Amino acid sequence: MKEIVVISGKGGTGKTSITASFAVLGSVDVVVADCDVDAADMHLLMQPDYDFAEDFYSGEVAYIDQNNCISCGKCVDVCRFDAISVKNKLFVVDPISCEGCGYCARVCPTKTIVNKNRLAGKWYISNIKTGSIMVHARLGIGADNSGKLVAKVKNEAKEIAMEGRKGFILVDGSPGIGCPVVSSLSGANFVVLVTEPSVSGLHDLKRVYELVKKINIKAGCIINKADVNPEKCAEIVQFLIENDIVHLTDLPYDENFTRAMVLGQTMVEYDHGILKELLTESWEKIKQLVIN
Amino acid sequence: MTDRKPLKIAIASGKGGTGKTTLSTNLAAFIAEQQEVVLVDLDVEEPNSGLFFKGELIHEEAIFKMIPQWDESKCTLCGICPKVCNYHAVIQLGPSILVFPELCHSCYACSELCPADALPMIPKKTGTLRDFQIGNLHFVESRLDIGEEQAVPLISKTKKYVADKYGDVGIAIFDSPPGTSCPVMEATKDADFVILVTEPTPFGLHDLSLAVETMRALNRPFGVVVNRYGIGNYEVITYCREENILVLAKISNNRKIAELYSSGKLMYQDFPEVKKSLSNILDY
Repeated sequence: MKEIVVISGKGGTGKTSITASFAVLGSVDVVVADCDVDAADMHLLMQPDYDFAEDFYSGEVAYIDQNNCISCGKCVDVCRFDAISVKNKLFVVDPISCEGCGYCARVCPTKTIVNKNRLAGKWYISNIKTGSIMVHARLGIGADNSGKLVAKVKNEAKEIAMEGRKGFILVDGSPGIGCPVVSSLSGANFVVLVTEPSVSGLHDLKRVYELVKKINIKAGCIINKADVNPEKCAEIVQFLIENDIVHLTDLPYDENFTRAMVLGQTMVEYDHGILKELLTESWEKIKQLVIN
Repeated sequence: MTDRKPLKIAIASGKGGTGKTTLSTNLAAFIAEQQEVVLVDLDVEEPNSGLFFKGELIHEEAIFKMIPQWDESKCTLCGICPKVCNYHAVIQLGPSILVFPELCHSCYACSELCPADALPMIPKKTGTLRDFQIGNLHFVESRLDIGEEQAVPLISKTKKYVADKYGDVGIAIFDSPPGTSCPVMEATKDADFVILVTEPTPFGLHDLSLAVETMRALNRPFGVVVNRYGIGNYEVITYCREENILVLAKISNNRKIAELYSSGKLMYQDFPEVKKSLSNILDY
């Protein structure tokens, strides 16, 4: 069982649209994991049935019981996150600023402050239109630790793939280089980098690739909307060659991506021309590269 | 006592790639034609605004986050520090205390509760801040070091730098990261107004609704700019109407705009309708 993770560095390059197309092409041999937990969109194309849902708890939130509070202010003194303030003479914790470190509870002389488990989101296992399964999630507002929920989604997907003897886990990652991305990359056998031919696209690609290199995973790149700037496209190709990144394909800019999305379809379902061909070729190439 | 602070406008989204940086850079340049403005790139994981300006570097500094460092010579192995760390960032392995900086939230609990003073907090470099100037425009960018996972401390320190140094500039624009989780909340929580940039597609609408929930949780006044108007469908407009959300501008889908953006160029000069949209936004 191999794990393929799709990331981009820059947002809006087409990660989710392309991952969804691969999920359709991979069909029943692929378990999908939507790890872009704070702005998940795969469900808009995969027709999930939310067969199983579970609350996800991560971290803690401090809570002050007003009955026992003696207003000594020690909690405010130790809080590094400005999460405790005084409103109408009452000491109150702002759950959004609170990072659940527990320090205030430890110094409270009357043991008035409790740490409650924080409901950080919800995760789901769904049957999807390809006949396979998708694990996905929704991070709660103000929840920290989007790395932990990402890890939960991936681990569940792994278990399901193992039990079902599936060939692949396909992970839709998030933009950036921070904790959720690092969490998505852990355990990956192959990384698909989706970029666009712009100064921002190349800049962000370089940064996210530095991260991939640190973790030492084989990588391939898809240049989406390639014809918007042929000069930048060539620069990216040069970067790929210099860094031994497999150049998977160039996809031309096509508004059918959006038309398909509006209909809840992936490009390989909607398109019958060059886009479908290129996406299919890429998927075949990726499978070859990851198995070897 | 009047506190002359800048009007803080944050530009956020939900979905990545909707046009936050395009809007912040063009808006900042437009304002700079008339008055002093500071543009701050808080998308510290992937800071892009600087690609659109060539300015004079005024100041550069390393930014640090504080993490505990074990002083073996003072440690009595009392076992308090692993107990008080809620993030498992400090653990005891046999006779050693190990610190995992990427898990540390800098709460100082282990350091201050240590009876032997054996875990002093030391600075660890997390990123770099650069301050540029081009005429009326001050541009501050912070860049997270590769391998550093936490954007929030760097975003927080960058905001403080701007508040200290540019407290008397009239307008400050904050280019925020995409998404709705902790980095975005840190970037937008003190803004006087947040502009949410979206695209009129199902992904755009879905992520916008998450961003709206976040803004309401933070109690920030906000408005929406619909970029690439003309593709997708009108559901975003319907959604805004039903939710009583102000639509500040609709920028048409135009390949030329994409091409200019891809080359790192500002484009409002070439597109009178965009210029008009920018001034409408400011009038509001």
